[in-house]
Amino acid sequence: MESLPLLCVAVPLLVAAGLAAVGRWLPRPVVDVVSLLSCLGVLGLGVTLLVATGSRRVVSWVAGYTPHGGASVGVVFVVDRVGAGLAVLVAALMTGALLYTWRYFSEVESKFHVLMLLFLAGMAGFALTGDLFDAFVFFELMGAVAYALTGYKIEEAQPLQGALNFAVVNSLGAYCTLLGIGLLYGRTGELGFAQIHQALAGHGPPDALVVVGAALVLTGFLVKAAAVPFHFWLADAHAVAPSPVCVLFSGVMVELGLYGVARTWSAALSAALPAERLRPALLVGGVVTALVASVMCLAQTHLKRLLAFSTMAHMGLFLVALGALEPASVGGLLVYVLGHAGVKGALFLCAGLLLNHHGSLDAEELYGRGREMPVTRVCFLVGALALAGLPPSGTWLGKTLSEDGLSHAGYGWAPALFVATSALTGAAVLRVGLQIFLGVGERPGSAEDTRGRHEDSETGALLSRLPATMVGPAVTLLGVGVALGMVPGLGRVAEQAAQTLLDGGGYAAATLHGAVGVHAPASDVTGFTASGVVLGLVSVALALAVAAAQLYSRRLPAPVRAVGVALRPPLRILRATHSGHLGDYVVWLLLGVTLLAGAIAVS
Amino acid sequence: MTLLPYLVAGWLFLAGCYGLVTSRNLVHAVGCLTIAQSSTYVLLLAVGYRSGATAPVFGDLPVGAPVVDPVVQALTLTDIVVSATVTALLLALTLQIHKRHGTVDPDELRALRN
Repeated sequence: MESLPLLCVAVPLLVAAGLAAVGRWLPRPVVDVVSLLSCLGVLGLGVTLLVATGSRRVVSWVAGYTPHGGASVGVVFVVDRVGAGLAVLVAALMTGALLYTWRYFSEVESKFHVLMLLFLAGMAGFALTGDLFDAFVFFELMGAVAYALTGYKIEEAQPLQGALNFAVVNSLGAYCTLLGIGLLYGRTGELGFAQIHQALAGHGPPDALVVVGAALVLTGFLVKAAAVPFHFWLADAHAVAPSPVCVLFSGVMVELGLYGVARTWSAALSAALPAERLRPALLVGGVVTALVASVMCLAQTHLKRLLAFSTMAHMGLFLVALGALEPASVGGLLVYVLGHAGVKGALFLCAGLLLNHHGSLDAEELYGRGREMPVTRVCFLVGALALAGLPPSGTWLGKTLSEDGLSHAGYGWAPALFVATSALTGAAVLRVGLQIFLGVGERPGSAEDTRGRHEDSETGALLSRLPATMVGPAVTLLGVGVALGMVPGLGRVAEQAAQTLLDGGGYAAATLHGAVGVHAPASDVTGFTASGVVLGLVSVALALAVAAAQLYSRRLPAPVRAVGVALRPPLRILRATHSGHLGDYVVWLLLGVTLLAGAIAVS
Repeated sequence: MTLLPYLVAGWLFLAGCYGLVTSRNLVHAVGCLTIAQSSTYVLLLAVGYRSGATAPVFGDLPVGAPVVDPVVQALTLTDIVVSATVTALLLALTLQIHKRHGTVDPDELRALRN
């Protein structure tokens, strides 16, 4: 059991290295099968860890450097339910993405598989490590591979610019993290999460060095998590990355940024920074992110860009659910992340199917052209409804558990935010789904926004028949995302996992003193409350209403249209800030670091 | 312990960011990113510095001789590897951008607005 975390990282790394060396001489099916098998291997290891972490943390000191008297010089993996669950999620999404790639990119060589396996190793390592500097290294590995994957279609202009923005902003964020690690190391002389926790404990309120160090470390993770004002890279990267890569970006990579925040705070920083210090920054950041992204989402016509803003809106909600730093809401967040990964992954794969069938990602150009794609149609529209929070989907269960947890923690406004954000992003996705697949609404005239047209298909020629390896993963992801809501006891397990995640003292005791046991699940959460179902139905109804209003905007009564016209100038300003310009994004990042440090200092 | 190396690190980071913000050429911007990153080297080495200590090569040192912290030097080396990778990738992207867009001026890259 103790060697499994290391294998989760080593297997994909070694296979990637092997494929990089000999892949060019291997026939494509062999490359596909080898990478799929190693991915399934990681999935198996992850599931084994997930089962084992039900009653204890799995602590593994590489090469047997176990601690003596609470000190060790070794490299450590510390796995709890959340880390193992994320590793499973990464491997599962990667399996779907690789299956989808079977025909997608028919001309790609093994390089794509090498990059995907490195991406898998980086993400799995980040989820499982027990050391802050190792976390940074895995973070940089998954970052560098993600930049390369974004710009994979190197023959086109847009992916290059998207990859460049993504790389510069995320690299700068990662350097902030490294500066913070340096400062924390200067104070504590330690790099392990548990060791930092031990060294910081019992010194009273944090001084300026710890506050600045903490803010810098969290900045890099919040850049990855696309919190306002660090979010600008996200839409640029998602809009241009290959669809199977988008599944991983949206489904798990940005969520891992949030995991970095949660893990670093609870396992290391919580000894010096009580929850009250971090809460305001996370809650305010989350609310602003959710609102900005919802509005931006409604304004898009490019399918992937729209889905990217919807991901960002949900990241805002996740940030709020995490920001309470209470087991109940964080447990809801965990379920929400799983449901969202399935549903959003399916939607991105549907977008990829449209791109390869029709050669476009623009909702207005695709108007009515999805009629002869029955499976994709059902998949996309059900996905849109699940995103809006239709009971009993996994997204709904996560949403309602988070709402309950936040309400009980004294944030009575949270359910309103969750309903509004789900409704607005669900409405945007429903609107384009109805336009494309059913030809509903006014036929769009000349569009202002011309991006998304005339994109090259990723399969070489357009596919006239979509193969099962492409449709299957989309349907499966959606099925899992929806079915999660009906798994009995999932909320209880998630709350226990959240409790373990937030227990910094227990983490240190497990890592350094071998006390690996965790609390048994206590509360009796189901999520199936009348109010939860009602709120879910309300947000779906609102989503349908907003989508209808957008589709039939010319038939709206005059007062409603006047409101719409009045909202145009602020919307134009908001859209203008998303300029695609590198320099602007760097200014926003610096502003964000300053605000974050200030918020932690004054709270 | 003097404050100077920390001020230098802060200065390098901000100078790199200033260059990124005002850059009119992507090759220049990539260089500025590298400058911002070099602040991390300075900071890490400053954290591990001990005055009067020597390099942590233990082969020919008497037992108990003061050495600077070898851990931060290992971190810096890792960091340099990361930097080389990312810089190479970014310069490759810049070359391709020049081929596809015909410019390397960020102000003229207009493919991803709004």
